[in-house]
Amino acid sequence: MVDLALKEDATSKPATSRMPGNLGSDRTFRAISVSSAVAVLVMFTGIMAALIYGAWPAISAFGLSFLWTEIWNPVTQKFGAVAPIYGTLVTSLIAMLIAVPVGIGIAIFLTELCPPSLRRPIGIAVELLAGIPSIIYGIWGLFVLAPFVQQYVMPPVIDAFSNVPVLSDLFAGPPYGIGIFTAGVILAIMVLPFITAVSRDVFLAVPPVLKEAAYGLGATKWEVEYNVVLPYARGGVVGGIMLALGRALGETMAVTFVIGNANRVSTSLFAPGTTISASIANEFTEAVGPLYAPALVFLGLILFFVTVIVLGAAQYMLYRLEKRAGGKS
Amino acid sequence: MKYLNKIIVGAVAVGAVAVLAVGALAADISGAGATFPFPIYSKWAAAYKAQTGTGLNYQSIGSGGGISQIEAKTVTFGASDMPMTAADLDKNGLTMFPTVVGSEVLVYNLPGIASNTLVLDGPTLANVYLGRITKWNDPAIAKLNPGAKLPNTAIAVVHRSDGSGTTFIFANYLGKVSKEWADKVGAATAVDWPVGIGAKGNEGVAGNVAQTAGAIGYVEYAYAAQNKLPWTKLVNHDGKVVSPTMASFQSAAASADWAHADHFYMILTDQPGANTWPIENPTFILVPKNPPNPAAANEALKFFKWAYANGGKMAEDLDYIPLPQAVVNRIEASWKEIRGVNP
Repeated sequence: MVDLALKEDATSKPATSRMPGNLGSDRTFRAISVSSAVAVLVMFTGIMAALIYGAWPAISAFGLSFLWTEIWNPVTQKFGAVAPIYGTLVTSLIAMLIAVPVGIGIAIFLTELCPPSLRRPIGIAVELLAGIPSIIYGIWGLFVLAPFVQQYVMPPVIDAFSNVPVLSDLFAGPPYGIGIFTAGVILAIMVLPFITAVSRDVFLAVPPVLKEAAYGLGATKWEVEYNVVLPYARGGVVGGIMLALGRALGETMAVTFVIGNANRVSTSLFAPGTTISASIANEFTEAVGPLYAPALVFLGLILFFVTVIVLGAAQYMLYRLEKRAGGKS
Repeated sequence: MKYLNKIIVGAVAVGAVAVLAVGALAADISGAGATFPFPIYSKWAAAYKAQTGTGLNYQSIGSGGGISQIEAKTVTFGASDMPMTAADLDKNGLTMFPTVVGSEVLVYNLPGIASNTLVLDGPTLANVYLGRITKWNDPAIAKLNPGAKLPNTAIAVVHRSDGSGTTFIFANYLGKVSKEWADKVGAATAVDWPVGIGAKGNEGVAGNVAQTAGAIGYVEYAYAAQNKLPWTKLVNHDGKVVSPTMASFQSAAASADWAHADHFYMILTDQPGANTWPIENPTFILVPKNPPNPAAANEALKFFKWAYANGGKMAEDLDYIPLPQAVVNRIEASWKEIRGVNP
């Protein structure tokens, strides 16, 4: 960084004295890029300020207890955010539990194991998944996935775990087909392409000489992937996962279709729930009363913070990982 | 609320600029509000424009939005499925009158049980929505349906996830037939549902019921008819079992006590009459008593006067119930309250 700045200084001075004609365009270029960067900051603080302003009646009425109250009653104008926060985090967690191993698995298959003739079709199919609008996922989820889950997934799982202590609570009936679990599955499918596409690109960027050396030492494919490719590509893979997590936390339309939109916290993953973005999308148009709309804006503010905290924690984790890996080598 | 107002006012300002830009060739009537009567208002508007040349620009943004907009006086009339109380109307200097009546039915998904055979009554329905009755073969349901083969299936309760006049009417009905519902839940465009899954819009509830085995949900009659969903019969206020038909819908509007309805505040749930369907709702129009532009208000009232006289058949074609003539006469007499109009 410092190095770069020094270089820029050193080259810019002689350039100005030699070619005064270019000075104007250089200044304009600088102004444009600086203002673009500043615009992001202005928008960020602007959105933040607008959310706080809009949520203020709810903030002053409920205070921080909004964060741990489980009630959502428009009739009595009492609101709390536990159910939507819980739903947002749990659906995203389920999505990541499914999408991370599958997504990385696809990427490894595509880069290392796949016959070349299949590589392009599978790659394109995965990328097309990313291009499908979320409402299509929602409709597909409601009309295809949910009935399937209701008939073939939920009943056997509920029966199988009915006598196992913790699991019987986690997978309790009745089987509606839609709920937290189904929403998590839909999200997993939606974020899969992000993880796969990014992972594939970073795997391809691993210098072949490293892999060849490992194979030369007699390593198996698994050993090469696990000990050479994955550690080398770690940063990029985590970046892809973060991108996916960001999308999962904020996804609205598809989730609204299959989550059941019930403002309750249930121990069962098969029970209906709601997420922050789904609540806002559902209720904003008809939010009447002094605190209803502010409470929804407050939810938006919380989502903003949840996203910042989750992504910040992930960045920190990545930093720690890099540091540890750096120390080892 | 204030925030919402600002957004709406902002949106309307943008819309108004757009309208001005398009040109002031025809002074269209402007209105905004409830989504439920949108199909019939647009049908009336098309026929009215063909006859008179005056068009209607109706934005179906929801009842809450309609109320906010008429309070901000950005439109000539607002529309709401949920009636405003006399006190609220007076506070905001508004008058209110109904246009057509809609009806709600209970739809369900139970393979093998044909439409219009299953019978439910108010208290049982309230207990289903309270989560007290959780299985289709519950004794309370079995008692109402002797001989029916009710399965041992969990009841999947479906309700609206968005705020809606439909929810208000349904919750209001449950409150009239169950004290526990009235005390615990109450009625509003969105309530704190004790159980069930939420779906957005009538089409969402209809879709969820169609997809989920064992589901029950409430929708506007038109959605049930269009989606060919099986519906239940209900036991009405007089203790009679009624089917949702145009005759039973009209019975509620006819037997209601309109003479004592202050500002036409009327909720057609659990009304008397042997043949009366128990869950119905008039949908309302809101007009300022002192309109900022009396000429525009006059045009709007002319449109509704025309619709009362000529729109009954069109309404019935779309499964809405026209108002009885006696009520229409009262409404037209009530327009004297509005300053500077003579429709």
